[in-house]
Amino acid sequence: MKIFFRYAKMWLKSQMVYKTSFILLCIGQFFVPFFVFVGLYLMFDLFDSLSGWSFNEVALLYGVIHMAFSISECVVRGFDSFSGMVRTGDFDRLLVRPLPTALQVLGSKFEFTRIGRLLQGIIIFVIGIGGIDVEWTLLKMSTVAFMVIGATFIMSGLFIIFATFSFWTIEGLEIANIFTDGGREMTQYPLLIYAKPIQKFFTFIVPFGVVNYIPLMYLLDRGPYDHPVYAFIPLMGVLFIVPSLLFWNFGVKHYKSTGS
Amino acid sequence: MIEIENLSKAFQVAKRKKGAFVSLFSREYETIHALKDISFKMEPGEIVGYIGPNGAGKSTTIKIMSGILVPNTGKCEILGITPWKSRIEHVRNIGVVFGQRTQLWWDVPVIDSFNLLRDIYKLSEVDYRRTLDQLVTYLDLALLLNTPVRQLSLGQRMRCEIAAALIHSPKILFLDEPTIGLDAVSKIAVRNFIKKINAENQVTVVLTTHDMNDIEALAGRIILIGKGEKLYDGDLANLRGNFISHKRVTVDFVENTAPLDIFGCEVLHASGERAVLLVDLVKTNVPSVIHELTNQKSIIDISVDSQPIEEIIVNLYREYQI
Repeated sequence: MKIFFRYAKMWLKSQMVYKTSFILLCIGQFFVPFFVFVGLYLMFDLFDSLSGWSFNEVALLYGVIHMAFSISECVVRGFDSFSGMVRTGDFDRLLVRPLPTALQVLGSKFEFTRIGRLLQGIIIFVIGIGGIDVEWTLLKMSTVAFMVIGATFIMSGLFIIFATFSFWTIEGLEIANIFTDGGREMTQYPLLIYAKPIQKFFTFIVPFGVVNYIPLMYLLDRGPYDHPVYAFIPLMGVLFIVPSLLFWNFGVKHYKSTGS
Repeated sequence: MIEIENLSKAFQVAKRKKGAFVSLFSREYETIHALKDISFKMEPGEIVGYIGPNGAGKSTTIKIMSGILVPNTGKCEILGITPWKSRIEHVRNIGVVFGQRTQLWWDVPVIDSFNLLRDIYKLSEVDYRRTLDQLVTYLDLALLLNTPVRQLSLGQRMRCEIAAALIHSPKILFLDEPTIGLDAVSKIAVRNFIKKINAENQVTVVLTTHDMNDIEALAGRIILIGKGEKLYDGDLANLRGNFISHKRVTVDFVENTAPLDIFGCEVLHASGERAVLLVDLVKTNVPSVIHELTNQKSIIDISVDSQPIEEIIVNLYREYQI
Protein backbone atom coordinates (compact mmCIF):
# COMPACT_ATOMS: atom_id res chain seq x y z
CA MET A 1 0.00 0.00 0.00
CA LYS A 2 2.86 2.33 0.88
CA ILE A 3 4.46 1.68 -2.49
CA PHE A 4 1.17 2.52 -4.20
CA PHE A 5 1.29 6.01 -2.70
CA ARG A 6 4.96 6.33 -3.62
CA TYR A 7 4.03 5.69 -7.25
CA ALA A 8 1.19 8.22 -6.98
CA LYS A 9 3.56 10.82 -5.58
CA MET A 10 6.00 10.27 -8.45
CA TRP A 11 3.26 10.81 -10.99
CA LEU A 12 1.99 13.90 -9.28
CA LYS A 13 5.52 15.27 -9.37
CA SER A 14 5.93 14.29 -13.05
CA GLN A 15 2.68 15.91 -14.07
CA MET A 16 3.41 19.05 -12.09
CA VAL A 17 6.47 19.61 -14.29
CA TYR A 18 4.07 20.85 -16.94
CA LYS A 19 1.81 23.00 -14.76
CA THR A 20 -0.02 24.96 -17.44
CA SER A 21 -0.85 21.85 -19.40
CA PHE A 22 -2.00 20.19 -16.18
CA ILE A 23 -4.35 23.02 -15.27
CA LEU A 24 -5.78 23.28 -18.78
CA LEU A 25 -6.45 19.53 -18.89
CA CYS A 26 -8.17 19.73 -15.50
CA ILE A 27 -10.41 22.50 -16.78
CA GLY A 28 -11.18 20.46 -19.90
CA GLN A 29 -12.00 17.42 -17.81
CA PHE A 30 -14.36 19.59 -15.82
CA PHE A 31 -16.26 21.12 -18.68
CA VAL A 32 -16.67 18.30 -21.20
CA PRO A 33 -18.95 16.15 -19.02
CA PHE A 34 -20.43 19.30 -17.51
CA PHE A 35 -21.90 20.30 -20.85
CA VAL A 36 -23.47 16.85 -21.14
CA PHE A 37 -25.06 17.59 -17.81
CA VAL A 38 -26.32 20.95 -19.04
CA GLY A 39 -27.95 19.03 -21.89
CA LEU A 40 -29.57 16.75 -19.33
CA TYR A 41 -30.93 19.77 -17.48
CA LEU A 42 -32.42 21.20 -20.64
CA MET A 43 -34.01 17.86 -21.45
CA PHE A 44 -35.69 17.70 -18.05
CA ASP A 45 -36.82 21.27 -18.57
CA LEU A 46 -38.89 19.93 -21.47
CA PHE A 47 -40.09 16.57 -20.13
CA ASP A 48 -40.12 16.96 -16.32
CA SER A 49 -39.30 13.32 -15.66
CA LEU A 50 -37.57 10.30 -17.18
CA SER A 51 -39.56 7.07 -16.69
CA GLY A 52 -40.65 8.43 -13.33
CA TRP A 53 -37.23 9.69 -12.25
CA SER A 54 -36.93 13.38 -11.44
CA PHE A 55 -34.11 15.64 -12.51
CA ASN A 56 -32.55 15.73 -9.04
CA GLU A 57 -32.63 11.95 -8.68
CA VAL A 58 -30.84 11.53 -11.97
CA ALA A 59 -28.37 14.28 -11.03
CA LEU A 60 -27.51 12.44 -7.80
CA LEU A 61 -26.74 9.26 -9.69
CA TYR A 62 -24.92 11.15 -12.44
CA GLY A 63 -22.71 12.80 -9.83
CA VAL A 64 -21.90 9.52 -8.08
CA ILE A 65 -21.01 7.71 -11.31
CA HIS A 66 -18.79 10.54 -12.50
CA MET A 67 -16.98 10.64 -9.18
CA ALA A 68 -16.33 6.91 -9.42
CA PHE A 69 -15.29 7.07 -13.06
CA SER A 70 -12.86 9.92 -12.46
CA ILE A 71 -11.27 8.13 -9.50
CA SER A 72 -10.85 4.91 -11.42
CA GLU A 73 -9.50 6.74 -14.48
CA CYS A 74 -7.00 8.56 -12.31
CA VAL A 75 -5.81 5.48 -10.46
CA VAL A 76 -6.28 2.64 -12.95
CA ARG A 77 -5.08 4.61 -15.97
CA GLY A 78 -2.08 2.28 -16.20
CA PHE A 79 -4.36 -0.57 -17.22
CA ASP A 80 -6.24 1.66 -19.64
CA SER A 81 -3.04 2.40 -21.55
CA PHE A 82 -1.54 -1.03 -20.99
CA SER A 83 -1.56 -2.31 -24.59
CA GLY A 84 1.29 0.07 -25.41
CA MET A 85 3.32 -1.47 -22.63
CA VAL A 86 3.10 -4.95 -24.14
CA ARG A 87 3.86 -3.67 -27.62
CA THR A 88 7.02 -1.82 -26.62
CA GLY A 89 8.16 -4.64 -24.37
CA ASP A 90 8.19 -2.43 -21.29
CA PHE A 91 6.13 -5.07 -19.54
CA ASP A 92 9.33 -7.16 -19.33
CA ARG A 93 10.71 -4.50 -17.04
CA LEU A 94 7.90 -5.07 -14.56
CA LEU A 95 8.56 -8.79 -14.49
CA VAL A 96 12.09 -8.25 -13.17
CA ARG A 97 10.86 -6.29 -10.16
CA PRO A 98 9.92 -7.93 -6.86
CA LEU A 99 6.33 -6.70 -6.79
CA PRO A 100 3.07 -8.16 -8.12
CA THR A 101 2.58 -7.14 -11.75
CA ALA A 102 -0.92 -5.72 -11.17
CA LEU A 103 0.43 -3.33 -8.55
CA GLN A 104 3.18 -2.19 -10.91
CA VAL A 105 0.82 -1.61 -13.81
CA LEU A 106 -1.35 0.38 -11.43
CA GLY A 107 1.72 2.45 -10.61
CA SER A 108 2.71 2.81 -14.26
CA LYS A 109 0.33 5.72 -14.77
CA PHE A 110 -1.78 8.08 -12.74
CA GLU A 111 -3.90 10.71 -14.42
CA PHE A 112 -4.36 13.47 -11.90
CA THR A 113 -6.07 15.75 -14.41
CA ARG A 114 -9.21 13.71 -13.68
CA ILE A 115 -9.56 15.90 -10.60
CA GLY A 116 -11.49 18.24 -12.90
CA ARG A 117 -14.05 15.55 -13.62
CA LEU A 118 -14.19 14.56 -9.95
CA LEU A 119 -14.99 18.13 -9.00
CA GLN A 120 -17.69 18.26 -11.65
CA GLY A 121 -19.20 15.04 -10.25
CA ILE A 122 -19.23 16.42 -6.73
CA ILE A 123 -20.96 19.65 -7.81
CA ILE A 124 -23.66 17.80 -9.73
CA PHE A 125 -24.12 15.40 -6.83
CA VAL A 126 -24.65 18.35 -4.48
CA ILE A 127 -27.16 19.87 -6.93
CA GLY A 128 -28.93 16.50 -6.93
CA ILE A 129 -29.25 16.04 -3.17
CA GLY A 130 -30.19 19.69 -2.79
CA GLY A 131 -33.47 19.09 -4.57
CA ILE A 132 -34.42 15.74 -3.03
CA ASP A 133 -36.44 15.37 0.10
CA VAL A 134 -34.56 12.59 1.88
CA GLU A 135 -33.93 12.16 5.56
CA TRP A 136 -30.14 11.67 5.62
CA THR A 137 -29.39 9.01 8.19
CA LEU A 138 -25.85 7.84 8.83
CA LEU A 139 -26.63 4.65 6.94
CA LYS A 140 -27.83 6.55 3.90
CA MET A 141 -24.74 8.72 3.86
CA SER A 142 -22.64 5.58 4.01
CA THR A 143 -24.61 4.16 1.11
CA VAL A 144 -23.52 7.08 -1.06
CA ALA A 145 -19.91 6.42 -0.13
CA PHE A 146 -20.42 2.70 -0.85
CA MET A 147 -21.86 3.58 -4.26
CA VAL A 148 -18.76 5.57 -5.16
CA ILE A 149 -16.47 2.81 -3.88
CA GLY A 150 -18.42 0.01 -5.58
CA ALA A 151 -18.63 1.82 -8.91
CA THR A 152 -14.91 2.65 -8.79
CA PHE A 153 -14.06 -1.02 -8.34
CA ILE A 154 -16.39 -2.18 -11.12
CA MET A 155 -14.90 0.29 -13.58
CA SER A 156 -11.38 -0.56 -12.47
CA GLY A 157 -12.22 -4.24 -12.96
CA LEU A 158 -13.35 -3.49 -16.52
CA PHE A 159 -10.13 -1.63 -17.24
CA ILE A 160 -8.15 -4.60 -15.93
CA ILE A 161 -10.12 -7.14 -17.97
CA PHE A 162 -9.64 -5.22 -21.19
CA ALA A 163 -5.98 -4.59 -20.46
CA THR A 164 -5.56 -8.35 -20.12
CA PHE A 165 -6.76 -8.89 -23.69
CA SER A 166 -3.66 -7.07 -24.91
CA PHE A 167 -1.67 -10.19 -24.02
CA TRP A 168 -3.38 -11.89 -26.94
CA THR A 169 -3.93 -9.07 -29.38
CA ILE A 170 -1.25 -6.46 -29.35
CA GLU A 171 -3.52 -3.73 -30.65
CA GLY A 172 -5.57 -1.96 -28.03
CA LEU A 173 -9.17 -2.99 -28.17
CA GLU A 174 -11.39 -0.11 -29.14
CA ILE A 175 -14.32 -2.36 -28.33
CA ALA A 176 -13.35 -2.01 -24.69
CA ASN A 177 -14.67 1.53 -24.75
CA ILE A 178 -18.19 0.17 -25.27
CA PHE A 179 -18.00 -1.23 -21.78
CA THR A 180 -15.99 1.45 -19.99
CA ASP A 181 -17.09 4.72 -21.58
CA GLY A 182 -20.36 3.13 -22.65
CA GLY A 183 -20.92 1.71 -19.19
CA ARG A 184 -20.39 5.12 -17.72
CA GLU A 185 -22.81 6.74 -20.16
CA MET A 186 -25.48 4.16 -19.40
CA THR A 187 -25.09 4.01 -15.66
CA GLN A 188 -25.28 7.73 -15.17
CA TYR A 189 -29.02 7.20 -15.64
CA PRO A 190 -31.12 4.76 -13.59
CA LEU A 191 -30.74 1.47 -15.45
CA LEU A 192 -34.47 0.80 -15.18
CA ILE A 193 -35.09 3.21 -18.06
CA TYR A 194 -33.46 0.76 -20.49
CA ALA A 195 -34.79 -2.39 -22.12
CA LYS A 196 -34.83 -5.56 -20.01
CA PRO A 197 -31.84 -7.33 -21.66
CA ILE A 198 -29.65 -4.30 -21.08
CA GLN A 199 -30.77 -4.08 -17.47
CA LYS A 200 -29.95 -7.74 -16.97
CA PHE A 201 -26.56 -7.47 -18.63
CA PHE A 202 -25.55 -4.53 -16.45
CA THR A 203 -26.81 -6.21 -13.30
CA PHE A 204 -25.67 -9.81 -13.58
CA ILE A 205 -22.68 -9.74 -15.95
CA VAL A 206 -21.19 -6.34 -15.36
CA PRO A 207 -22.77 -5.59 -11.99
CA PHE A 208 -23.40 -1.87 -12.42
CA GLY A 209 -26.92 -2.43 -11.07
CA VAL A 210 -25.61 -2.79 -7.51
CA VAL A 211 -24.27 0.76 -7.59
CA ASN A 212 -27.08 2.16 -9.67
CA TYR A 213 -30.84 1.77 -9.31
CA ILE A 214 -30.79 -0.61 -6.33
CA PRO A 215 -29.06 1.76 -3.87
CA LEU A 216 -30.73 4.76 -5.50
CA MET A 217 -34.14 3.32 -4.74
CA TYR A 218 -32.97 2.52 -1.24
CA LEU A 219 -31.92 6.15 -0.74
CA LEU A 220 -35.31 7.33 -1.99
CA ASP A 221 -37.23 4.78 0.12
CA ARG A 222 -38.80 3.17 -2.93
CA GLY A 223 -39.91 -0.43 -3.07
CA PRO A 224 -38.90 -3.12 -3.48
CA TYR A 225 -35.44 -1.96 -2.40
CA ASP A 226 -36.28 -0.01 0.77
CA HIS A 227 -34.96 -2.59 3.24
CA PRO A 228 -31.75 -1.43 5.07
CA VAL A 229 -29.87 -4.47 3.75
CA TYR A 230 -29.78 -2.72 0.35
CA ALA A 231 -27.64 -0.01 1.90
CA PHE A 232 -24.72 -2.40 1.66
CA ILE A 233 -25.46 -3.77 -1.81
CA PRO A 234 -23.04 -1.35 -3.56
CA LEU A 235 -20.13 -2.98 -1.75
CA MET A 236 -20.76 -6.08 -3.86
CA GLY A 237 -19.26 -4.08 -6.70
CA VAL A 238 -15.93 -4.39 -4.92
CA LEU A 239 -16.04 -8.16 -5.48
CA PHE A 240 -15.95 -7.60 -9.24
CA ILE A 241 -12.22 -6.91 -8.85
CA VAL A 242 -11.61 -10.56 -7.86
CA PRO A 243 -12.44 -12.26 -11.19
CA SER A 244 -10.78 -9.32 -12.96
CA LEU A 245 -7.49 -9.92 -11.17
CA LEU A 246 -7.73 -13.68 -11.65
CA PHE A 247 -8.14 -13.10 -15.37
CA TRP A 248 -5.17 -10.72 -15.25
CA ASN A 249 -2.96 -13.35 -13.64
CA PHE A 250 -4.05 -15.85 -16.27
CA GLY A 251 -3.03 -13.34 -18.96
CA VAL A 252 0.39 -12.80 -17.37
CA LYS A 253 0.94 -16.56 -17.34
CA HIS A 254 0.06 -16.74 -21.02
CA TYR A 255 2.48 -13.90 -21.78
CA LYS A 256 5.31 -15.62 -19.94
CA SER A 257 4.94 -18.78 -21.94
CA THR A 258 4.60 -17.12 -25.34
CA GLY A 259 6.41 -13.80 -25.21
CA SER A 260 5.15 -11.00 -27.36
CA MET B 1 25.60 -20.19 -9.52
CA ILE B 2 23.85 -20.36 -12.86
CA GLU B 3 22.98 -23.82 -14.09
CA ILE B 4 21.25 -24.28 -17.39
CA GLU B 5 20.53 -27.72 -18.78
CA ASN B 6 18.91 -28.68 -22.07
CA LEU B 7 16.91 -25.50 -22.27
CA SER B 8 14.54 -25.29 -25.25
CA LYS B 9 12.03 -22.69 -26.25
CA ALA B 10 9.75 -22.55 -29.27
CA PHE B 11 7.41 -19.78 -30.29
CA GLN B 12 4.24 -19.99 -32.34
CA VAL B 13 4.29 -17.19 -34.84
CA ALA B 14 1.30 -16.37 -37.01
CA LYS B 15 2.24 -16.61 -40.68
CA ARG B 16 1.40 -13.62 -42.76
CA LYS B 17 -0.98 -14.49 -45.51
CA LYS B 18 -1.82 -12.66 -48.68
CA GLY B 19 -4.57 -10.34 -47.56
CA ALA B 20 -5.11 -8.71 -44.22
CA PHE B 21 -8.77 -9.63 -44.59
CA VAL B 22 -8.11 -13.34 -45.07
CA SER B 23 -5.74 -13.46 -42.12
CA LEU B 24 -8.51 -12.18 -39.89
CA PHE B 25 -10.35 -15.45 -40.33
CA SER B 26 -7.77 -18.15 -40.81
CA ARG B 27 -4.36 -18.23 -39.34
CA GLU B 28 -1.52 -20.58 -39.91
CA TYR B 29 1.11 -20.88 -37.30
CA GLU B 30 4.75 -21.49 -37.75
CA THR B 31 6.91 -22.83 -34.97
CA ILE B 32 10.17 -21.03 -34.43
CA HIS B 33 12.73 -22.81 -32.33
CA ALA B 34 14.37 -19.94 -30.52
CA LEU B 35 16.50 -22.16 -28.29
CA LYS B 36 17.50 -25.76 -28.85
CA ASP B 37 18.99 -27.76 -26.03
CA ILE B 38 21.20 -25.06 -24.53
CA SER B 39 23.34 -26.01 -21.53
CA PHE B 40 25.98 -24.10 -19.63
CA LYS B 41 27.15 -23.27 -16.14
CA MET B 42 28.53 -20.12 -14.61
CA GLU B 43 30.55 -19.60 -11.47
CA PRO B 44 30.30 -16.62 -9.10
CA GLY B 45 32.35 -13.65 -10.23
CA GLU B 46 32.57 -14.62 -13.89
CA ILE B 47 32.00 -12.19 -16.74
CA VAL B 48 30.55 -14.03 -19.69
CA GLY B 49 30.00 -12.55 -23.11
CA TYR B 50 26.93 -14.05 -24.70
CA ILE B 51 27.19 -13.43 -28.41
CA GLY B 52 25.54 -14.36 -31.63
CA PRO B 53 23.95 -12.67 -34.63
CA ASN B 54 20.55 -11.00 -34.44
CA GLY B 55 17.80 -13.52 -33.83
CA ALA B 56 20.16 -16.18 -32.49
CA GLY B 57 18.30 -16.50 -29.20
CA LYS B 58 20.38 -14.24 -26.97
CA SER B 59 17.47 -12.19 -25.66
CA THR B 60 15.32 -15.29 -25.21
CA THR B 61 17.99 -16.81 -22.97
CA ILE B 62 18.33 -13.61 -20.95
CA LYS B 63 14.55 -13.42 -20.62
CA ILE B 64 14.36 -16.98 -19.34
CA MET B 65 17.20 -16.39 -16.91
CA SER B 66 15.52 -13.25 -15.58
CA GLY B 67 12.14 -14.94 -15.12
CA ILE B 68 10.30 -13.12 -17.91
CA LEU B 69 9.75 -16.19 -20.09
CA VAL B 70 9.03 -19.81 -19.27
CA PRO B 71 10.94 -22.35 -21.43
CA ASN B 72 9.25 -25.39 -22.98
CA THR B 73 11.69 -27.87 -21.54
CA GLY B 74 14.92 -27.88 -19.62
CA LYS B 75 16.25 -26.77 -16.31
CA CYS B 76 17.45 -23.36 -15.24
CA GLU B 77 18.55 -22.76 -11.70
CA ILE B 78 20.02 -19.51 -10.57
CA LEU B 79 21.34 -19.45 -7.01
CA GLY B 80 19.22 -22.54 -6.46
CA ILE B 81 16.00 -20.85 -7.63
CA THR B 82 14.04 -21.61 -10.78
CA PRO B 83 13.29 -18.10 -12.08
CA TRP B 84 9.80 -18.64 -13.46
CA LYS B 85 8.66 -20.62 -10.41
CA SER B 86 9.56 -18.06 -7.76
CA ARG B 87 9.78 -14.87 -9.76
CA ILE B 88 9.67 -12.39 -6.89
CA GLU B 89 12.27 -14.21 -4.81
CA HIS B 90 14.49 -14.60 -7.86
CA VAL B 91 14.44 -11.02 -9.13
CA ARG B 92 15.89 -9.72 -5.86
CA ASN B 93 19.13 -11.50 -6.80
CA ILE B 94 19.43 -10.07 -10.28
CA GLY B 95 19.81 -6.72 -11.97
CA VAL B 96 18.83 -6.28 -15.61
CA VAL B 97 19.77 -3.54 -18.05
CA PHE B 98 18.00 -3.53 -21.40
CA GLY B 99 20.17 -1.21 -23.44
CA GLN B 100 17.36 0.03 -25.61
CA ARG B 101 14.76 0.59 -22.91
CA THR B 102 14.69 2.96 -20.01
CA GLN B 103 13.63 2.17 -16.49
CA LEU B 104 14.02 5.73 -15.25
CA TRP B 105 11.18 8.18 -14.86
CA TRP B 106 11.36 10.63 -17.70
CA ASP B 107 10.25 13.93 -16.18
CA VAL B 108 11.66 13.80 -12.67
CA PRO B 109 15.25 14.01 -11.37
CA VAL B 110 17.26 10.78 -11.45
CA ILE B 111 17.44 10.58 -7.66
CA ASP B 112 13.63 10.22 -7.49
CA SER B 113 13.81 7.09 -9.64
CA PHE B 114 16.47 5.69 -7.33
CA ASN B 115 14.38 6.49 -4.26
CA LEU B 116 11.40 4.71 -5.77
CA LEU B 117 13.56 1.65 -6.43
CA ARG B 118 14.65 1.76 -2.80
CA ASP B 119 10.99 1.39 -1.83
CA ILE B 120 10.27 -1.27 -4.44
CA TYR B 121 13.13 -3.43 -3.18
CA LYS B 122 12.41 -2.45 0.45
CA LEU B 123 16.05 -1.55 1.10
CA SER B 124 17.15 -0.28 4.47
CA GLU B 125 18.28 3.33 4.49
CA VAL B 126 21.82 2.30 5.53
CA ASP B 127 22.24 -0.25 2.72
CA TYR B 128 20.71 2.09 0.20
CA ARG B 129 23.00 5.00 1.13
CA ARG B 130 26.07 2.78 1.01
CA THR B 131 25.26 1.34 -2.42
CA LEU B 132 24.21 4.69 -3.80
CA ASP B 133 27.42 6.37 -2.61
CA GLN B 134 29.49 3.69 -4.28
CA LEU B 135 27.54 3.92 -7.54
CA VAL B 136 27.67 7.71 -7.57
CA THR B 137 31.44 7.67 -7.09
CA TYR B 138 32.20 4.95 -9.61
CA LEU B 139 29.84 6.15 -12.30
CA ASP B 140 30.45 9.84 -11.66
CA LEU B 141 26.79 10.63 -11.14
CA ALA B 142 27.05 13.39 -8.54
CA LEU B 143 26.13 16.14 -10.99
CA LEU B 144 23.40 14.12 -12.69
CA LEU B 145 21.30 13.12 -9.67
CA ASN B 146 19.18 16.24 -9.62
CA THR B 147 18.72 16.50 -13.39
CA PRO B 148 15.47 15.30 -14.97
CA VAL B 149 16.11 12.20 -17.05
CA ARG B 150 14.82 13.78 -20.26
CA GLN B 151 17.70 16.29 -20.12
CA LEU B 152 20.44 13.64 -19.95
CA SER B 153 22.57 12.59 -22.91
CA LEU B 154 22.41 8.94 -23.94
CA GLY B 155 25.74 8.21 -22.28
CA GLN B 156 24.73 9.89 -19.03
CA ARG B 157 21.44 8.07 -19.08
CA MET B 158 23.09 4.70 -19.59
CA ARG B 159 25.28 5.30 -16.55
CA CYS B 160 22.15 6.05 -14.55
CA GLU B 161 20.40 2.96 -15.96
CA ILE B 162 23.25 0.74 -14.84
CA ALA B 163 23.20 2.33 -11.40
CA ALA B 164 19.44 1.73 -11.22
CA ALA B 165 19.94 -1.96 -12.00
CA LEU B 166 22.50 -2.30 -9.19
CA ILE B 167 20.83 -0.27 -6.46
CA HIS B 168 19.62 -3.42 -4.67
CA SER B 169 23.12 -4.99 -4.79
CA PRO B 170 22.19 -7.98 -6.98
CA LYS B 171 24.54 -10.92 -7.20
CA ILE B 172 24.04 -11.28 -10.94
CA LEU B 173 23.84 -8.56 -13.55
CA PHE B 174 22.36 -9.13 -17.00
CA LEU B 175 23.38 -6.53 -19.53
CA ASP B 176 21.57 -6.61 -22.85
CA GLU B 177 23.60 -4.43 -25.22
CA PRO B 178 24.72 -1.91 -22.61
CA THR B 179 26.93 0.13 -24.94
CA ILE B 180 24.59 0.41 -27.92
CA GLY B 181 24.66 3.90 -29.39
CA LEU B 182 27.20 5.27 -26.93
CA ASP B 183 30.18 7.44 -27.83
CA ALA B 184 33.73 6.20 -27.22
CA VAL B 185 34.17 7.95 -23.88
CA SER B 186 30.91 6.61 -22.48
CA LYS B 187 31.66 3.11 -23.74
CA ILE B 188 34.96 3.06 -21.93
CA ALA B 189 33.38 4.46 -18.76
CA VAL B 190 30.73 1.72 -18.83
CA ARG B 191 33.31 -1.01 -19.44
CA ASN B 192 35.57 0.19 -16.66
CA PHE B 193 32.67 0.31 -14.28
CA ILE B 194 31.60 -3.24 -15.10
CA LYS B 195 35.14 -4.44 -14.47
CA LYS B 196 35.29 -2.62 -11.17
CA ILE B 197 31.96 -3.81 -9.83
CA ASN B 198 32.83 -7.34 -10.85
CA ALA B 199 36.20 -7.25 -9.10
CA GLU B 200 35.08 -5.48 -5.93
CA ASN B 201 31.56 -6.74 -5.33
CA GLN B 202 31.96 -10.14 -6.97
CA VAL B 203 28.97 -9.45 -9.22
CA THR B 204 28.55 -12.11 -11.89
CA VAL B 205 27.94 -10.48 -15.26
CA VAL B 206 26.22 -11.86 -18.34
CA LEU B 207 26.67 -9.52 -21.26
CA THR B 208 25.15 -9.60 -24.72
CA THR B 209 26.62 -7.25 -27.27
CA HIS B 210 27.46 -6.80 -30.91
CA ASP B 211 30.45 -4.67 -30.05
CA MET B 212 33.43 -6.99 -29.98
CA ASN B 213 35.47 -4.37 -28.15
CA ASP B 214 33.13 -4.89 -25.19
CA ILE B 215 33.92 -8.57 -25.29
CA GLU B 216 37.64 -8.01 -25.62
CA ALA B 217 37.69 -5.53 -22.76
CA LEU B 218 35.46 -7.49 -20.39
CA ALA B 219 34.71 -11.09 -21.03
CA GLY B 220 37.09 -13.80 -19.97
CA ARG B 221 34.72 -16.32 -21.42
CA ILE B 222 32.36 -16.24 -24.35
CA ILE B 223 29.40 -18.33 -25.30
CA LEU B 224 28.48 -18.16 -28.94
CA ILE B 225 25.02 -19.14 -30.06
CA GLY B 226 23.45 -19.22 -33.48
CA LYS B 227 20.03 -20.37 -34.62
CA GLY B 228 19.25 -21.29 -31.04
CA GLU B 229 22.17 -23.65 -30.60
CA LYS B 230 25.31 -23.28 -28.54
CA LEU B 231 28.30 -23.26 -30.87
CA TYR B 232 31.23 -22.31 -28.75
CA ASP B 233 31.86 -21.99 -25.04
CA GLY B 234 35.34 -21.12 -23.86
CA ASP B 235 37.81 -18.36 -23.32
CA LEU B 236 38.57 -15.70 -25.83
CA ALA B 237 42.29 -16.48 -26.10
CA ASN B 238 41.44 -20.02 -27.07
CA LEU B 239 39.06 -18.82 -29.72
CA ARG B 240 41.80 -16.61 -31.08
CA GLY B 241 44.29 -19.49 -31.10
CA ASN B 242 41.92 -21.81 -32.86
CA PHE B 243 40.41 -19.48 -35.34
CA ILE B 244 43.15 -17.10 -36.33
CA SER B 245 44.32 -18.33 -39.66
CA HIS B 246 45.73 -15.12 -41.06
CA LYS B 247 47.82 -12.15 -40.05
CA ARG B 248 48.04 -8.84 -41.71
CA VAL B 249 51.39 -7.29 -42.61
CA THR B 250 51.62 -3.64 -43.66
CA VAL B 251 54.88 -2.47 -45.24
CA ASP B 252 56.11 0.97 -46.24
CA PHE B 253 58.99 0.98 -48.66
CA VAL B 254 60.95 3.25 -50.98
CA GLU B 255 59.00 3.57 -54.18
CA ASN B 256 59.37 0.57 -56.37
CA THR B 257 56.95 -0.46 -59.07
CA ALA B 258 57.98 -4.09 -59.34
CA PRO B 259 55.04 -6.28 -58.23
CA LEU B 260 55.22 -8.11 -54.93
CA ASP B 261 55.24 -11.87 -55.05
CA ILE B 262 55.66 -13.63 -51.76
CA PHE B 263 54.76 -17.25 -51.10
CA GLY B 264 51.58 -17.74 -48.98
CA CYS B 265 50.52 -14.11 -49.11
CA GLU B 266 47.63 -12.36 -50.69
CA VAL B 267 48.13 -8.72 -51.60
CA LEU B 268 45.12 -6.86 -50.22
CA HIS B 269 46.22 -3.43 -51.21
CA ALA B 270 49.25 -2.08 -53.03
CA SER B 271 50.32 1.42 -54.00
CA GLY B 272 53.68 2.97 -54.91
CA GLU B 273 55.16 2.93 -51.44
CA ARG B 274 52.79 0.84 -49.30
CA ALA B 275 51.39 -2.68 -49.42
CA VAL B 276 49.07 -4.68 -47.20
CA LEU B 277 49.54 -8.43 -47.23
CA LEU B 278 47.35 -11.14 -45.78
CA VAL B 279 49.59 -13.94 -44.54
CA ASP B 280 48.09 -17.41 -44.61
CA LEU B 281 49.49 -19.05 -41.50
CA VAL B 282 48.86 -22.53 -42.85
CA LYS B 283 51.24 -22.03 -45.78
CA THR B 284 53.90 -19.83 -44.24
CA ASN B 285 54.78 -17.77 -41.15
CA VAL B 286 55.37 -14.11 -40.42
CA PRO B 287 59.22 -14.18 -39.99
CA SER B 288 59.76 -15.78 -43.40
CA VAL B 289 57.41 -13.27 -45.02
CA ILE B 290 59.38 -10.40 -43.50
CA HIS B 291 62.63 -12.01 -44.59
CA GLU B 292 61.34 -12.28 -48.12
CA LEU B 293 60.10 -8.68 -48.06
CA THR B 294 63.45 -7.26 -46.96
CA ASN B 295 65.09 -9.18 -49.78
CA GLN B 296 62.74 -7.73 -52.39
CA LYS B 297 62.35 -4.10 -51.29
CA SER B 298 64.09 -1.46 -49.25
CA ILE B 299 61.76 -1.28 -46.28
CA ILE B 300 61.05 1.90 -44.31
CA ASP B 301 58.56 0.52 -41.82
CA ILE B 302 56.68 -2.68 -41.15
CA SER B 303 53.78 -3.63 -38.86
CA VAL B 304 52.02 -6.89 -38.10
CA ASP B 305 48.38 -7.09 -36.89
CA SER B 306 46.19 -9.92 -35.79
CA GLN B 307 42.84 -10.30 -37.39
CA PRO B 308 40.39 -8.12 -35.49
CA ILE B 309 38.02 -10.09 -33.27
CA GLU B 310 35.13 -8.92 -35.47
CA GLU B 311 36.53 -10.78 -38.44
CA ILE B 312 37.03 -13.90 -36.38
CA ILE B 313 33.40 -13.77 -35.37
CA VAL B 314 32.31 -13.24 -38.96
CA ASN B 315 34.37 -16.29 -39.94
CA LEU B 316 32.83 -18.26 -37.11
CA TYR B 317 29.32 -17.31 -38.20
CA ARG B 318 30.25 -18.33 -41.72
CA GLU B 319 31.74 -21.60 -40.60
CA TYR B 320 28.63 -22.52 -38.62
CA GLN B 321 26.44 -21.13 -41.38
CA ILE B 322 24.44 -18.83 -39.15
